[in-house]
Amino acid sequence: MHIRLEKRLTPSRFMQIATPIASVLLTMALGAIIFQLIGFDGPRAIYETFITPVVASYKWQDVMTKAAPLIIIALGLSLGNQAKIWNIGAEGQYIIGALAGAGVAFALPDARGFWVILLMIAAGIVGGMAWAAIPAFLKTRYRVSEVLSTLMLVYVALQVLNYLVSGPWKDPNGHNFPQTPPFTPAQLLPHAIGGTDIPPGLVVAIVLTLVFWVLTTRSVYGFSVRTVGAAPNAARYGGFDASRTVWSTLMISGGMAGLAGILEASSQLGQINLGFPSGYGFTAIIVSFLGRLHPIGVFLAGLILAVTYVGGQVAQTVVHVPSATAGIFQAMMLFFILASDILVRYRVRILRDAPRTAPAEAVA
Amino acid sequence: MNVEAPLRLKLAGVSKSFPGVRANDNVNLSVRPGEIHALLGENGAGKSTLVKMIYGILAPDEGEIVFDGSSVRISNPRAARRLGVGMVFQHFSLFEAMTVLENIALGLDSRLSPRELLAEFNRVLEAYHLKLDPRRVVSTLSVGERQRIEIVRALILNPRLLIMDEPTSVLTPQEVEQLFETLRKLAASGCSILYISHKLHEIVALCDTATILRGGKVVAHCDPKRETSRSMAEMMIGANLKEIAKPVSRGFGPPKLSAQGLNLAKPSEFGVALKDVALNVRAGEIFGVAGVAGNGQNELMSAMSGETLAPTPEAITLAGRQVGRLGVTERRNLGLCAVPEERNGHAAVGEFSLTDNGALTGRDRMEMVRFGLIDPGKATSYAAQVIGAYTVKATGPGALAGSLSGGNLQKFIMGREILQRPEALAVCQPTWGVDAGAAGAIHQAIVDLAARGSAVMVISQDLDELLTLCDTIAVINLGRLSAPMKVGEVSIEEIGLLMGGVHGDPVATVEMTEALHAHPA
Amino acid sequence: MTIGFFIDALVTVVGVTTPILLAATGELVVEKSGVLNLGLEGMMLIGAVTGFAVTFNTGPDLGDWAPWLGVIAAGIAGAASSMLFAVLVLTLGSNQVATGLALAIFGIGLSSLIGAGYVGMIVPSFDTVFPDWLAGDPLWRVVFGYSPLVYFALLMVFAVGWFLNRTRAGLILRAVGENDLSAHSIGYPVNAIRYAAIAFGGALAGIGGAYFSMVITPMWAEQMTAGRGWIALALVVFSGWRAGRLLAGAYFFGVLMTLELYAKASGFSFLPSQFWAAMPYIAAVVALAVISVREVAGSEAPACLGRPFLPNT
Repeated sequence: MHIRLEKRLTPSRFMQIATPIASVLLTMALGAIIFQLIGFDGPRAIYETFITPVVASYKWQDVMTKAAPLIIIALGLSLGNQAKIWNIGAEGQYIIGALAGAGVAFALPDARGFWVILLMIAAGIVGGMAWAAIPAFLKTRYRVSEVLSTLMLVYVALQVLNYLVSGPWKDPNGHNFPQTPPFTPAQLLPHAIGGTDIPPGLVVAIVLTLVFWVLTTRSVYGFSVRTVGAAPNAARYGGFDASRTVWSTLMISGGMAGLAGILEASSQLGQINLGFPSGYGFTAIIVSFLGRLHPIGVFLAGLILAVTYVGGQVAQTVVHVPSATAGIFQAMMLFFILASDILVRYRVRILRDAPRTAPAEAVA
Repeated sequence: MNVEAPLRLKLAGVSKSFPGVRANDNVNLSVRPGEIHALLGENGAGKSTLVKMIYGILAPDEGEIVFDGSSVRISNPRAARRLGVGMVFQHFSLFEAMTVLENIALGLDSRLSPRELLAEFNRVLEAYHLKLDPRRVVSTLSVGERQRIEIVRALILNPRLLIMDEPTSVLTPQEVEQLFETLRKLAASGCSILYISHKLHEIVALCDTATILRGGKVVAHCDPKRETSRSMAEMMIGANLKEIAKPVSRGFGPPKLSAQGLNLAKPSEFGVALKDVALNVRAGEIFGVAGVAGNGQNELMSAMSGETLAPTPEAITLAGRQVGRLGVTERRNLGLCAVPEERNGHAAVGEFSLTDNGALTGRDRMEMVRFGLIDPGKATSYAAQVIGAYTVKATGPGALAGSLSGGNLQKFIMGREILQRPEALAVCQPTWGVDAGAAGAIHQAIVDLAARGSAVMVISQDLDELLTLCDTIAVINLGRLSAPMKVGEVSIEEIGLLMGGVHGDPVATVEMTEALHAHPA
Repeated sequence: MTIGFFIDALVTVVGVTTPILLAATGELVVEKSGVLNLGLEGMMLIGAVTGFAVTFNTGPDLGDWAPWLGVIAAGIAGAASSMLFAVLVLTLGSNQVATGLALAIFGIGLSSLIGAGYVGMIVPSFDTVFPDWLAGDPLWRVVFGYSPLVYFALLMVFAVGWFLNRTRAGLILRAVGENDLSAHSIGYPVNAIRYAAIAFGGALAGIGGAYFSMVITPMWAEQMTAGRGWIALALVVFSGWRAGRLLAGAYFFGVLMTLELYAKASGFSFLPSQFWAAMPYIAAVVALAVISVREVAGSEAPACLGRPFLPNT
């Protein structure tokens, strides 16, 4: 008996939707077993991580708050990934975006009016774009792999943050903690929109999801991005410029990360401190793949990953699993979704060996 | 040839299936020692699948392979080589960044010291009068020289059966003659040769016997010397050959597509620079560009289509307009459409639907776009229109381009461009790897387009195709284009010489080219 | 600046260079076979925590031998984790960039999970290879005063350079990375060779990681490799896929990483310390740009790097 892969004539629509769901379920099952084996209450850990945040309404706001930046960043990354442009440094753009927005805030300490926050948000977007412009320039001008350059710049961004919060922007009244002064009320967005549990970031995420939906499925631009990713030569032949795609996707994904950064700083934290980098930029990569690079998929995947963030903390306090648990679950989901990708493109056939069949074992 | 000797190779009832295709169906075939045996068939007839099973790359689903009298199971190429089977691939299995000698070493299964290897290498070169520098890096070699590496790699093992898969598709007529001499010498020494081709005159000239495949089945065994090219072609196609309906005498209109003093630097290390290219295609004219692969055809194509911009606006003109500095989309909107050589990944995106592939080049000319958004209805109906008009076999506009056969995809691509009613169309290798039925349809479409007053430029390595299709022909060699010649007033020998056929020797080729350019034929 | 200061600095450079040299040497072999494994950071962390845990737990029984066992375990753990990547990428044909990234994230999480119980503990480290009168000599310690892993790393670079350029197996490995389809049609087992290369790369990354937790600071801390895995990746590109230049490049980055430690003492304190901490990463980005300007032709980048290979059999 041996297994044979047969290429499908068209990618399986069913598998495209089924595999992300299966990945989450498999992660839960395998996770329960692993945690049981290493001495925790496995099923309970899984329940607290994946189910509690969904059934306990008092956790919903928390989930939505965490989902917003994940979705916003992942929407941008998905666009780039469609063009096979790998921005894996969204974390850095997220940090620089927040710092740029904060810079505007500190430059206008006494300004009032809604325009202040709008200006901060604009600065956040520009900051993220500027940080992503470096890899875009290096890739188009010097053919430097954006995979490496975007990542390196995360570490540089961390040091920029470190420098600012423990140097020039340090809060004089902050008991020597590495943090900036708090934003003024004019520089803040509300935690949640009047009377509801819904954080402003989620509203932005919903609107952007719809915008990206139209952009990727209907627009000439979205078509050009997909073409560049699928067949660069065909893209050139179709009149789509690869350099322009590198620039635009990195600008969009950088801008989105920057936007997520300033929204997070101005609506949730109210200042920036050394703990600001939370790994959203990296987790968003998982969100993007789990959502199969589709805006609606990304939105749902963002909610799921946010659940594991919130649930991971619950499991930490209730079942005493280590803080790294959520990260492992997230990585497992990514492994499963990548592993199952083959089911979309190939049909797996298990064949009984006919007597005369000679499998090409040595060349497989 | 000794008829009494046991067969070198016998295939009995060999079958192989792929998803949706029965590539080989109950194939029987025998090859005697020292025989040059042609395996003849259209693209997709199952020739490559069959020899891949003999060379151990694929495993047969059913059937028996008998080699030198004993039934064998060839599980991988290594086992094939141990038996004495050598193979020269159509798409070379060479390593570009490595030297000739390293490439030879990789083809051997035994460990030889560099000195022993070099001695063996020189022995083969001498025995067959071949020339090859062992220290050169493959990427710097011509196509003919690359094929020689493959041949030396096979001969160094003293094979008892040599498989050659479409070996002449990349050679000039003179290089082909040299290859044939090598093969005859080899056969005289007792080695059998399985020679795959669809070029009938070659088979008549070279082979002792022929097996003809159609749709994966053997349709005939014959002696090529007793057949005509036409009779073999009809066995291969399974139908009567159809002539292209071409208006006999036609007048041409004013120049539509021209290049003047077109110079372009090498696009990459492995590319070819274009040098002072000039051409002029008139309305209603079909202009052919002949040449051996890798002499600047792709570069010329991309300069015409706008994928590469010319240095100056006046280098390329379209109906009197200077378009040298305009990009693909702008040229297309002015009426210059193009079909590059590579179907999958260049002219079409294999993992996109036909609808999306229609929009790839048709979105502006067919008015599918409003406010930056593609109208899916219009895109789908355009794809359906192409499918209908050119009888493309596909499940519908939603079918993935990659799921179509080569011929059907090429029909779709040609149809997609022609239905946009271009002023000028530039196509490269329009029937490469396409079955005869589809090739006939494509040729007819090109002729009809020209008859409606468009200028058509056809770049092809297939001289027969150019001579039947074109009104005017020019030869590209090392990035230079010869003066145009009227088809019917030029001989194949002349074209062969222009193609640089001084046995691939680069220096002689340059001299020859320069001589010919100085005094155009 | 005294000679003693200079020697100190050199010893530090060699120390910080060793782990990235090990990881990059392994990655060089992986990339030469045509596979891009971005998961170095994760494999290094898994190696680091495994090496630490094994040494810690066997220390009471094995004494001086415990670190050796720890290093071997780190290599095995690194190789084992790389197999996760290999199965996905080679057998299931998944995207190499995303899968490598998944391995990095997974390694960070798994190492934290395993290491949770070891935070703040200390393990015995290696003795020096050479006798004390050499290893402890104020001058000669710059040559003889290191942990065995330092010499092992150097040995591996030379061994890999020799393997790739002078052996038949190395030629075949390069051929697989250069043109997998050709190698397949000639009859080389492309995926088997790539599995082996990935395992080797994983083992060296694991050992490189163990250098952090067992030599640099003989203790465990979460994410203690601090992004050095990514530097190692850049180093491979920087080297133009040549072992000799890999060695030189590793020491170049080693010097940059050491600057942070010595910036204050050596009169560079006018720039903030964060600048020096960011220096290796900035330099890596700049170096990649500079390299690509100079390498118009003749780079030895494997042509199939990062491309999936799923022949239809």
